[in-house]
Parts: sequence; structure tokens; C-alpha cells
Amino acid sequence: MTTATDLDLTHLQERPLVRIVIIGHVDHGKSTLIGRLLHETDSLPAGKLEALKAVSARRGMPFEWSFILDSLQTERDQGITIDTSQIRFRTASRDFVLIDAPGHAQFLRNMITGAAQADAALLVVDAVDGIRDQTRRHAYLLHLLDVRQIVVAINKMDSVGYDPARFAALSADIRSYLGELGLSAAAIVPVSAREGDGIAARTPAISWHDGPTISEALDRFVAVAATTERPLRLPVQAVYKFDERRIVAGRLESGRICVGDEIVVGPAGVTARIRSIEAWPAPSGRDAPRTAHAGQSVGVTLDRDLFVSRGDVLAPAAQPAGVAAVLRSRIFWLHPQPLRPGAALTLRVGTAETRATVSAITETLDPGELARRQDGLLAANQIGDVTFVLARPVALDLHSDNPRTGRIALEYDGAIMGGGLVTSFDPPPRTAASDIVPNIPEISLEARARRLGHRGAVVWLTGLPGSGKSTIANALERRLLDRAMVPVVLDGDTLRAGLNSDLGFSDADRTENLRRIAEVAALLARQGLMAIVAAVSPLAAARAHARRVVGDGFIEVYLAPPAEVCEQRDPKGHYRKARAGGIADFTGITGQYEVPQFAELVIDTSQRTVQASVDAILEKLLVAAGAPSSPAAQR
Amino acid sequence: MDRLDALEAQSIFIFREAFARLKNLALLWSLGKDSNVMIWLARKAFFGRVPFPVLHVDTARKFPEMYAFRDRYAAEWGLTLLVEHCPPIEAVDPSLPPAARSAARKTEGLKRALAKHCFDGLIAGIRRDEEPTRAKERVFSPRALDGNWDVRSQPPEFWDHFNATLPDGAHLRIHPILHWTEADIWAYTKREAIPIIPLYLARDGKRYRSLGDMDITFPVVSDAATIDEILAELHETKVPERSGRAMDHEAEDAFERLRTAGYL
Repeated sequence: MTTATDLDLTHLQERPLVRIVIIGHVDHGKSTLIGRLLHETDSLPAGKLEALKAVSARRGMPFEWSFILDSLQTERDQGITIDTSQIRFRTASRDFVLIDAPGHAQFLRNMITGAAQADAALLVVDAVDGIRDQTRRHAYLLHLLDVRQIVVAINKMDSVGYDPARFAALSADIRSYLGELGLSAAAIVPVSAREGDGIAARTPAISWHDGPTISEALDRFVAVAATTERPLRLPVQAVYKFDERRIVAGRLESGRICVGDEIVVGPAGVTARIRSIEAWPAPSGRDAPRTAHAGQSVGVTLDRDLFVSRGDVLAPAAQPAGVAAVLRSRIFWLHPQPLRPGAALTLRVGTAETRATVSAITETLDPGELARRQDGLLAANQIGDVTFVLARPVALDLHSDNPRTGRIALEYDGAIMGGGLVTSFDPPPRTAASDIVPNIPEISLEARARRLGHRGAVVWLTGLPGSGKSTIANALERRLLDRAMVPVVLDGDTLRAGLNSDLGFSDADRTENLRRIAEVAALLARQGLMAIVAAVSPLAAARAHARRVVGDGFIEVYLAPPAEVCEQRDPKGHYRKARAGGIADFTGITGQYEVPQFAELVIDTSQRTVQASVDAILEKLLVAAGAPSSPAAQR
Repeated sequence: MDRLDALEAQSIFIFREAFARLKNLALLWSLGKDSNVMIWLARKAFFGRVPFPVLHVDTARKFPEMYAFRDRYAAEWGLTLLVEHCPPIEAVDPSLPPAARSAARKTEGLKRALAKHCFDGLIAGIRRDEEPTRAKERVFSPRALDGNWDVRSQPPEFWDHFNATLPDGAHLRIHPILHWTEADIWAYTKREAIPIIPLYLARDGKRYRSLGDMDITFPVVSDAATIDEILAELHETKVPERSGRAMDHEAEDAFERLRTAGYL
């Protein structure tokens, strides 16, 4: 028995930990191989083998090595692995986590979940069956998921009489396919998992094989770590203000950071220096950390009070991240409903996320059958080259420049349903913000507020066409004027005739339309005016952006009469026209309206009079503007 | 960066994602070694404070040492402690074997706490290496309205992008130490000098590897009286960690049935 004194415990924690995903076509023997590998590396829990043999006997079926992994009731019933299992074992030089990924096509998302965590892959191919569609599909996904270390097991060699010629022919096919994907196998090993050949032992049956066994090949894999070789990328997870410190928290995806470094915050492009690296517990007897490197989760403070928020990326001032307004990517898609141009979804890069619209799907590929198509539709489990227009710019890199900040995940229908690599991107068309120095007004907000007796504010009326936005806006304007305030109505349709006449009704244009309205409203509010915005504003992200631009004094009012009432009112005749097919993508009929979750007020204008609605808004507005509230006296 | 540094960095990342994405979080504090490590990691993630309550679902059958530990460190660590008392055994599915039935009380207690506090995220200290069904967990794992886990229809999770969108009334389980092993927990506990309940250390040739209710948790034969000795023992042993937890072993699918019904 080893004792604490003769076992070097520090050394145990320094052993490399390598994560290996086992992939391949269904029934090519992945689970059997894992069961055998665990047994031969002496990694099974005590009694596990015996217990499973007993269960098999009780059920009147022969013991199979695959039972070791398929330990869920549901799996044994169906005979296939339905989700990734993880199991640990160790060899002389390394600790391993084996990730068993399902071979069945309908569980591709589980294969991706498993493979995305892996440093290396073990691809299992049946010696009789050869390369099949899931073999190709899985290998293709390895390429998209950035798994570069691969060992191939040609299994069931017992079924082909351990024929070296069959092995050589299949090896050549596999090398050729992997080569097309830019991948190469570190080793190809003849194996019979059932009989125990080629796993840990070079048995007589495969004495002709001059390469490594599976366990020898695995022992050459290395763990893939975040790299300090590339420039700093620190995606911001949050900014914490638990005490007087303003801590920017996140994980370094690459590079290193030192106190005093000049950094640039993307996508805004503003610069600052690192003032401190924060840590808990505060190091006793030593100084606080001065540096941090890739892979570490850190908190830093800056020497200037910049507006930094979740999704921003800190980078060296001399090597900033890119800024994308449009990006092109190669992605896998998992949702049963095909992705098509015009589709809107949430695109994530690191900790940033934004609404995005598919503007083009140039080529799609079924990686199982290797069939390419250009019909502009990306079906489930296929790979496609897709262009996205982003609702707001995000900081990122090309995948070829930095794999960890050059990949995206796609959220659709409330769940992650796709992902892939950034192949190119375009920056926003405007001048970079870093070249613009805002003029600091000489009259302060406070001075204006003192003079006017109140601060400015923005009332943002959102709702379906016909929900009463213009009516309420006009009535509110009159009421504010009566109180000697200065109201300005910003009507979505009116502005589209002038300021926004260059914009259409795509998601990207709608977002830009609202961005401009928000900027104008914020400008007015800063002068002490009362901006009343009447705009359908169907996208939650665009409304959230407006809230951020305006800051304090933003009142979102959701006018929420039943949709039928809106359509019946049809003040501008748009519903009738849209029903007749005259307006494409009309919010309320064919276009989606995202119901506000955090509105300050929700008013059903079919139940409340205009006056009562205005009263309710006025009450909120006076509080937000810090104005005296005695509406009765003013009426 | 050694292995513990890498584990710690990943766990801190997960804590911060949970805190950024969910509004009403709680951390499930079982008082055991794993949840103590979790609290430590949360304090690292948030610079000394745990910015959400810790919830102890109390079966009233824990060891006295566990209650003493809870009360002492809740105060010392400045935790917001919520205690939820479990319903009596009669309220639990009578078709489960006796010990599993006892453990299922905790599931009921948890459901009550969820209903009372409307948490949208529960942070739980389960690990993939503990038990085969836990190996299939995601880091962010959605639970249906009734607390059930649907192992078949889990959304994909890759590149540390976690699914955090939920239907109304459902909640997420968040697993910040899913990727740790039992040995990692002990090595980290030692490195960071995190307090532990002394029942884990051998006395009279026995110690507890895993702590649960007094009546259904049993000590293992061991002479490991220090953390170093525990680590040496773990390096050699092939006995599963939860072998002292009776509820896992009464039927081959007992643990899975507990899990799908909302057990941790």
C-alpha cells in the first residue's frame, strides 16, 4: 500500500490531463472499445465488471464490454449511447478523461457537446463496414470544433481474419479523407476490442502491425491549453461594484496582462491602463498579483472610468481585436427547422451577444454524404457558409488569427442550435469612435435642471401598429406643454420620411432606425426636454440598446391592447394592405413583435381611456424627471 | 498553470456566467467537502463575498458536527443562509426502496424551497466522476416545472456557451465543479486551507468519504487521518466514492430514478 510519505502528491496534480472524445459510426464498436480499454488499463471500479456480468446473467444475455459505459437503464434498452458519458482512467504518464459521444445521427448535438471539450479524438472505424456517413460527419465536425489530434482504431479486425491488406486499404481511405479536411491521423491501429487485440497489448494476431497500440498512441496526446503566444484577449463577463472598486471580471482567452499595460476596450475602441489585478483572498505577506496569463479568470481595475460592460473585449492597445458589423462563418446547424436568409437569431462571440440576421447562405454541405448544395437553405446537421448582419458591432478575431475569439455560437428559439468559425468580417461603416473626441458641454445637466425645475426624460412608447402610440404621444405632448415643459414627439413613421428615409424594414435597418431615434431622444433629454418616442420597436435588443443610450430617465411604456383590436382599429390601413400581401414583414401579421419583459408601464389601451393612460405615464415621468407632482393644480 | 489552477479558473468562469445570466440564484450547501469548495470558489469569483443566498435543505438527520460547521461558517464567511426543512417520510413515493425514499425527502424539501423563493438558478456541487448518470450532466442543466431532468433532450453546450433561457417557472441547475474529481477536491481543500468537517478524517480505523443523512450513510475502513493520507488512499482505491451511500445501491436504477425526479 502506498503511503502519503512515499507518494509525491504535488506530482500527481502536475500530471497532464488529456480529454479524448471517442467518435465513429453507430455500431462500429466505440463502447466496446472503451470498456476494454478501461479494463486493460486497470481503471474499473472494484466489482463493476463482476456486477455487470451478474446483471447480464440475470437478464439471460451474454456479457458485452459496452455494458460498462451504457450504464443507464434507458441506454441498455435502446442499445445506443444517447448522450456523452465521461469516464476517467490513467496510464503511466497521463490522466485521461474519455468522452463517449453517441454515433447515432439524431444525437449529433450530443456528439458536439462531447467533442467540443476534447483535446484529442479517437475515431473508431469498422474493418468490415469501412467509412460510413457518421464517420465522415464526425471527422468533419472535428475540423470545425478545432480538435486536431486524432488516432484511428480500425476495429473488428477479427471479423476480417486480421487481414493486413484490408487494414492497409482502409487506412489509405481514411488518410485521404482526413487530408481533405486538413486533418491527419497521428496513428492508425488495427484493433479487435472484443478480443483485446491492439488495445494495450500487441497480440500475435496483429504481430504484422509496426505502429503503436491504442494506449501507446493515446499516451502521446497532449492537453490543449489557452495560449500566451497570441495577443491578449480578455472578454468581459461582468463589471462588479461590490465596494469602492470597479472590477472588470473575465477570463483571459489568450495572451497575458500586466499592471500598467495600455489596453483598448473593443468594440468601442477606447483605451485605458490596467491599474490593478484584484484577487481574493488578499495575498498575505506578498504583494498583490502584477500579471496574469491565458486561461486565468481575473478581475482588473482601470485607471480611467470607462463605460465597460459584459461582452466587451480588452486587448493590447497595439493589437486590438477586430470589430464586426457583418460576419461570414462556416457553421454547423442543429435545429430541426432549416436556417434561411432573413432568419433572426442571437449570435454569441465569447461573452458578447447580439441579435443577428442571416443575409446569405452561400454553400451548404451534408458532411455525411459529402453532397454540396447552393439552394440557400441550411438543414439540421449540415454545414454551411453563412453571412450574418449584426444588430450591434462586436469585438472578435478571425478564427485563423485566434481560435478562441474567432468562433461563434448561435441561439435560436431559446437554445443554442449552431456554431462555427469566423472566416471573415466587415467593420461598421462609420468612423472609428476612437477618432472622435466628444465636446464637453459647458452648461452642466444640473444647471439645466435647476433652471427648468426638472431633468429631461424619454418616454418610449412601443406596441403593435394600431396600439395607440401616436394618440397617446399627442395627448401626452399637450399635457406636458400645459405644465410648461418642452415635449418633443419623435414619431417612427414621421422620422422615416426624413432622418431615416434611407432605411428599410429588414432587422438590421429596423435596428438602425431605432438606434438613431434613441440617440436623438437622448440628446433632447440631456437638454432638459421631454422626448416622447412613438415607434413599433419590435426587437427587444433594440429597445434595450435605447435604454442604455438614454440611461436614467428612460421610461418604456408597452401599449398592449389585444392584437385583434389593433387590427380592427387599423388607423393607417396597413393591416388591410398587409393581409392583402401588399406589405412584406409587417409587424403583427408576418413580422415578429418581441413583447417587453421589463417595461416600466404596460397599458391595455382597449381597457383604459386616453386620459387615464396619459395620467399613468405622467406619474412615472414626473418622478423620473424629478419634477413636482401636482397634476390637479396644473389642469 | 497547474491542474488545480485550471479547474479553479473554469469554475470561477461558470460562477460569473451564472451570476450574469440569472436573476435569482441560490447555492445548495450540503455542508460536505464539495459544497465547501464551491463556496470558496464563489468567494474567489466575487472577491470575497457570495452575492446570493446559500440554501441548506435540511433533513434534520445530519450529523451534529455538520450543524455545528454550518452555523459557525455561515457567520464567519458572511453567508446569507436559508434553511429549508424537509417533509416527513410519509410524503414520499412509497415505491422507492427505503433509503432512496429517505433521500427523496430532500428532493421534496428542495421543491418547496423552489416554490417559496422562486429561484431561477440553483448552484449544485455535483461532479461527473461521482456516478455514471452525473457524467451525462451539462454545466447549465434546465429542469422542468416539476424539477425533473430530461436526460434525452438536453441542448448542446460547447465552447463555454451555456443555455440560460428558460420557460416560466422552470429553473436551471448550475454545476461549477462538474469537471472536478474527488482527489481534486481534496488537493484544493488542502492547498487553500478550506475548513472541513472532521468526520472525513479517520478515527478508530474508519472515516466518511461522503456525508449524507446519519441513518443511510456509512463510514469506510480507512487509516487516512490527514488530507495527504486521503489523497494517497484515493490514488490506490477502486471503491466508488458513494459506496457508503445506501440509496445508490438498492436497485440498479435507483440513483437514476432519483435524478430524473429532481435529486441532485
